[in-house]
Amino acid sequence: MGTRVNQIGLQRNDYKGRPSTLCQGCGHNSISNQIIAVCYELSIEPHRIIKLSGIGCSSKSPAYFLGRSHGFNALHGRMPALATGAIMANRDLTGIGVSGDGDTGSIGLGQFKHMVRRNVPMIYIVENNGVYGLTKGQFSATADIGQELKYAGLNELPPIDICLEALAADVSFVARSFAGDAKQVRELLKAALSHKGTAVLDIISPCVTFNNHETSTKSYPYGKLHEEALQDITFIPEYDPIIVDVHEPGQVQAVRMHDGSHLVLRKLDPVKHDPTDKLAAFRLIEEARIENQFITGLIYVDEHRPNLHETTHLIQAPLVHLTEADLRPSAEALDRVLGEICCQ
Amino acid sequence: MSDVQTSPLDSLMADQEPVVNDFQIMIATVNGSGSQTANSTLLRAIFRMGVPVSGKNIFPSNIQGLPTWFTIRLSKDGYIARREDYHILVAMNLQTVEEDITNLAVGGIVLYPEEWKIKHKRDDVVYYPVPVKALVDESGTPSSFVSYVSNMVYVGVLATLLNIELEQIEYALNFHFSNKPKPVNMNMALVRLSYDWAQDNLPKNDPFTVERMEGKTDGMLLLDGNSAGALGTAFGGVQVVAWYPITPSTSMIDALRTYLSDMRTNPDTGEASYAIIQAEDEIGAIGMLVGAGWAGARAMTATSGPGMSLMTEFAGLAYYAEVPIVIWNVQRVGPSTGLPTRSSQGDVLAAYFLGHGDTKHVVLLPSSLEDAFEFGWKSFDLAERLQTPVFVLSDLDLGMNLWMGKLFEYPDQPMDRGKVMTAEDIQRAGEFARYKDVDGDGIPYRTLPGTDHPDAAYFARGTGHDEKAIYSERPDDWVANIERMNRKFDTARALVPPPVVDEVAGTEIGLIAYGTTDACIVESRDLLREQGIETSYLRLRALPLSDATRDFIRRCDRVYVVENNTDGQMAKIIYMEYPDLAPKVKSIAYLDGMPLAPRWLTRAVQEREQER
Ligand SMILES: Cc1ncc(C[n+]2csc(CCOP(=O)(O)OP(=O)(O)O)c2C)c(N)n1
Ligand code: SF4
Ligand SMILES: [Mg+2]
Repeated sequence: MGTRVNQIGLQRNDYKGRPSTLCQGCGHNSISNQIIAVCYELSIEPHRIIKLSGIGCSSKSPAYFLGRSHGFNALHGRMPALATGAIMANRDLTGIGVSGDGDTGSIGLGQFKHMVRRNVPMIYIVENNGVYGLTKGQFSATADIGQELKYAGLNELPPIDICLEALAADVSFVARSFAGDAKQVRELLKAALSHKGTAVLDIISPCVTFNNHETSTKSYPYGKLHEEALQDITFIPEYDPIIVDVHEPGQVQAVRMHDGSHLVLRKLDPVKHDPTDKLAAFRLIEEARIENQFITGLIYVDEHRPNLHETTHLIQAPLVHLTEADLRPSAEALDRVLGEICCQ
Repeated sequence: MSDVQTSPLDSLMADQEPVVNDFQIMIATVNGSGSQTANSTLLRAIFRMGVPVSGKNIFPSNIQGLPTWFTIRLSKDGYIARREDYHILVAMNLQTVEEDITNLAVGGIVLYPEEWKIKHKRDDVVYYPVPVKALVDESGTPSSFVSYVSNMVYVGVLATLLNIELEQIEYALNFHFSNKPKPVNMNMALVRLSYDWAQDNLPKNDPFTVERMEGKTDGMLLLDGNSAGALGTAFGGVQVVAWYPITPSTSMIDALRTYLSDMRTNPDTGEASYAIIQAEDEIGAIGMLVGAGWAGARAMTATSGPGMSLMTEFAGLAYYAEVPIVIWNVQRVGPSTGLPTRSSQGDVLAAYFLGHGDTKHVVLLPSSLEDAFEFGWKSFDLAERLQTPVFVLSDLDLGMNLWMGKLFEYPDQPMDRGKVMTAEDIQRAGEFARYKDVDGDGIPYRTLPGTDHPDAAYFARGTGHDEKAIYSERPDDWVANIERMNRKFDTARALVPPPVVDEVAGTEIGLIAYGTTDACIVESRDLLREQGIETSYLRLRALPLSDATRDFIRRCDRVYVVENNTDGQMAKIIYMEYPDLAPKVKSIAYLDGMPLAPRWLTRAVQEREQER
């Protein structure tokens, strides 16, 4: 049977996980599908990926993609720390973290910001639906002010903006997307996989059960109607020759990722946002909030900020590959230290 | 310079037998006044003369200004427990001087700055006023160093009074300052000046003296337990360290950083074969360990009570997902923030059961420098063999005070990385099931992320799972898994360090203790023997308990479990594990912030015995 395979001979099915137990139509399922598609398309070896998550419907989803990759479903809000440890232990692994808006925006806000601040090399996806899905529909900290839900009542508090929090913590890659915009999610995932530090993807991912009314900014109907993409994004892997058509200066921007791949951004927004300009990124988010705009796309990228491997001066070999001879100092070393302590 | 004042006890003193190498010096200072250098110099110099010593720093939770005491116990018999009485008072804190003098032993001596007016003078102690300021001025110490160096006055005066060899003081200063001549010379100059002043001006009027000894301290070292544990950790091949500062554990990480940067950094590239991360809190610290341990690294942290409380949820996850990690808890006094700079054994129950649900942990109980070093490396072997968190319950007394110890022995076993399957192993076995009990010991096999085999991956989780780590809410899966984990806990009983038993034939009384209480028990047993009470002694080195402990209790008529907490936490674990033996087991538990003292324990046992 002539089933299609990718460059490393794997079929798309080899990138699937167990059958999803999330609600039919949940945004989280669609993001899982894009992760499968991207890893298949980029011919990523599944054993080089680790999947990490917190607790929530969103955090369950790593069970439903990349079944051949190790994963760890951690604690509510505490995935960043666990991911940090795993990635420090084995720097050859690519971490894909999946969290929710409750997981990241409330209980885990501290860990999230410290992960970003450390620039832990990994992808960190927030599947943002404005509610706590798994505990049945309470408002999360990203819910709109003034929003009303049947069960949760009226939300009188302003939302926390995940992208803004990330920027304030000196993030080196942050984008916002929409689960209903599959192509953009895929291209941003590819770019994130090529990034050398923490890549935060705040993806509006509707909860069809508790928060999908068209008046909610986290719903499918609202997103379909109001999404304003900043750019048309094309990811060009390092092995493809890059052909950037720069006929319209200012309209097209190419961003070189540290692994040699490129992002080609064809700008769609009137201000032609430059995602390498941090102040512009702050302004963009704040203006969109004031104007009630649902902007998506690459908000900020900095390929130069050192990541945690660099700031801890870690050796190139993954720590877990070291043997006893590398790890346990010799008997002579003990004698020397004891000699210094005793000085007899 | 003033005249030496003497007490009406002069004549009595004159006839007194000399007291040689068997007394305690108490140095009372103000926190932040830099007395640590002087105190550890004295301690090391006396140790270098072959005299068994122990030093305890009783310090406040404060950076500057509150009172601090440092005790140096000399014991020709080699006892290193806390001694309650003291004979030589170096009174350098005006705030506490009256009380410090009140508590001085009869016939003791007081060194104090001559300009102080001491209101209530006792007539049964000897006073030596010392012109501290004049000597410092005379030494010409640059003013910016005066506060660091002036404590050397009492070092020099004591050297004269007690006969401490100047050569050893100079040696100790060189040790302290890593042979840097400038600070050594500056300090030594004041020591010499004060020594000479005392020789010329201070007629000795007391019986206390230090004499060189042979054979008692040969091949021994003087170190704090945190450094010993850190050195053991380094020789355990640690790969990832994540931590958050908290007294009294911080100096363990500081020491570890020093050892690792010395032994595990490439001198050419500066690249490290380990990572030390200062986390945002203890939840982050233990979370990093769980990630690192799962990925196959040897990961450890050091903390104390409040930090361990924060680690609770992750400890349960590591237990249930079966991830090896090592957590040192250098115990201080709780509940809550409690007495942050005082020692206790108050976290035994909390560590043993840390986590909600049916969680229980392997706990190691070091009582000496040698234990701290050994558990430093062995904790990793146990954690990886058993795929579970291992707690090491040290305490402030062991961790931050200076102890004598034997030279550490290099690990006598290669590193045990436990049951890890490689891609080839899976190929050979034809199967990998993460939580299956293949060998009947309850310990499953694991794979590490990055293993290149289509069946190698599994999704670790804190939720209910079956043998293949797949989510399951089935009652039979739950029960089967927990029963296997309990089998594993029983396997641990035989793997953890066994208790050390000293059984005396024919005695009915047993003592059980653990951790730093050991020093107190050792001395107290001798004191009890003098009173005609013989005891057997079992020193626990780990939880869970093993048959050796049960059998020891069976053989005794009655057993006292001695510990430095209020609730008798270890006694409670023994009651729980061996309810049939509970009537024989009595708790002697006390906590006021100080390590248990042998005379107190001796009285406590005598009282219990009389009550019978
Ligand atoms: C310490 C802790 N507190 C509370 C919970 C209960 N809880 C589980 S999921 C969740 C909220 C999840 O919301 P979110 O992260 O937005 O994920 P979603 O289900 O919406 O995808 C909460 C509060 C928990 N698991 N752990
Ligand atoms: S409750 Fe909401 S978030 Fe959870 S699975 Fe259903 S749709 Fe998705
Ligand atoms: Mg949510």
